Amino acid sequence: MQALTDKSKQVSRKPMNFMERMYLPAIFKGMVITFSHIFKKKPTINYPEKKRPFSPVFRGLQILNRDEEGRENCTACGLCAVACPAEAITMEAAERQPGEENLYREEKYAAKYEINMLRCIFCGLCEEACPKDAIYLSETFTPADYQRKQFIYSKNDLLIPHPKENPTAYQQALGNRPKRESVI
Amino acid sequence: MSDETKKIKVTIDNITIDVDPGTTILNAARRIGGDVTPPAMCYYSKLEGSGGKCRTCLVEVAAGSTADPRPMPKLVASCRTGVMDGMVVKNITSDKVTDARNGVVEFLLLNHPLDCPICDQAGECHLQDLGYDHGKEGTRYQFARRTFKKEDIGPYIQLHMTRCILCYRCTYVADQITNKRVHGIVDRGDHAAISTYISKAIDNDFSGNMIDVCPVGALTDKTFRFKNRVWFTKPVDAHRSCTTPGCCGKATLWLRGEEVFRVTARKDEWGEVQSYDGKPGWICNTCRFDTKATASWTIEGLTTISRHSVIGANKYKTLEMPKETIKEVMHGVEPKLLMDIHSVSGVNNPDIHLSDIDRPAHSSDFKK
Repeated sequence: MQALTDKSKQVSRKPMNFMERMYLPAIFKGMVITFSHIFKKKPTINYPEKKRPFSPVFRGLQILNRDEEGRENCTACGLCAVACPAEAITMEAAERQPGEENLYREEKYAAKYEINMLRCIFCGLCEEACPKDAIYLSETFTPADYQRKQFIYSKNDLLIPHPKENPTAYQQALGNRPKRESVI
Repeated sequence: MSDETKKIKVTIDNITIDVDPGTTILNAARRIGGDVTPPAMCYYSKLEGSGGKCRTCLVEVAAGSTADPRPMPKLVASCRTGVMDGMVVKNITSDKVTDARNGVVEFLLLNHPLDCPICDQAGECHLQDLGYDHGKEGTRYQFARRTFKKEDIGPYIQLHMTRCILCYRCTYVADQITNKRVHGIVDRGDHAAISTYISKAIDNDFSGNMIDVCPVGALTDKTFRFKNRVWFTKPVDAHRSCTTPGCCGKATLWLRGEEVFRVTARKDEWGEVQSYDGKPGWICNTCRFDTKATASWTIEGLTTISRHSVIGANKYKTLEMPKETIKEVMHGVEPKLLMDIHSVSGVNNPDIHLSDIDRPAHSSDFKK
């Protein structure tokens, strides 16, 4: 039979010689390999004290964006939800009332916005679909938890910190990635 | 037409069809169907006198008739041009037509606000479809878009004048279906706007049909405003015995769970109101705005949605819930629910009925 790869090796059925029957040399040979790794460079890091840099295209936890004045960008157009292959995003829209202009950028906004992180596969299609520059995938993981209900992220969990009330947290949330050119 | 011999032959995009004399090119093309049919934004077959305004249905006539086979010098509006015997029409096979239509779409979009993310018509908007087929990615227009003061035209209908393309369909509806027209186009040229004459409310029994005929989101349902996106609601055909004279009682319900979010007239394949025995199936305002309970309707079945429409996305193709098989297989042992989503989620709260609110939802509605 023709071998599929050239890595296959014919099993040898020869009786073992004296050195092989002693076993100890083979064990020492193995231990040498094991102990030699102590002096080599470690491939692991001490997470969470140390963190690896993310790739510029890393897709992590979603964040809902605000404009420079701190108003929410999302208008609950539903394009992220319809683009979501895992059907993780749900929302309910409401009309902006007089007096709420400092909260929401347009006359319609998402009164409720939820992402089920148990369903989310971090594909980034919501970010692609968004016409309002409102949802981004950030450079953070979804934190682990003991309970399933903690993974239903509401709008409060997802919104970026207010740029005027909490500028340091806002700058931190923006991350180090270069800003995408906005398309009008 | 007493005999069959009076039919005349017309060739549209190399497809020949026999039609009655007096048929327009557009209606002949609709008899063929498919890609051959020119798009129409202002022509509405159920409204007398409509058409000839938007210019999206332009076609090239390569040969006028058998008697006079010269081509027509300019592109013609197919909704207003009658067919002649032996006429040869080019629609999608003509580069001139595609070019002209792209230009028309660019003009229609000059002043259009492109606020599709907040527009309730998005997903079933004819201008959106047209823009996808013929639109450019950017705009060459460098000036401020035309804007209007907001005007309240009654409790049921929301008017967004900035989105209007001045197709005149709604004025024809008011003229031909209702007994009294209180709105129309006021002013001229760039200032032309749909308006009621000196701030009147439109309160006729059939005024809601203006919403159905509007090809864009200029006239939308106030009771459905911002409630949900069309593609998250499930359309089903339903009927009820309506006592209003002239109302056919046959409608499409747009459901979210068991709640009726919106009622519209049934649409045919051209996006127009469906006809029953040759009569257009207009529905009255009682059916459209005031009958929002599933119990008042007899549901017939799912509405057929075009495969290409976003409205059909992510939906079960039947009305029945899929059968739970785990209990059967496990000898009566119920599956253990690890999390009831309604106990955690704030969206689709079973205690908040958005369909009961006859205006758009406000922040106070979610604070219960």
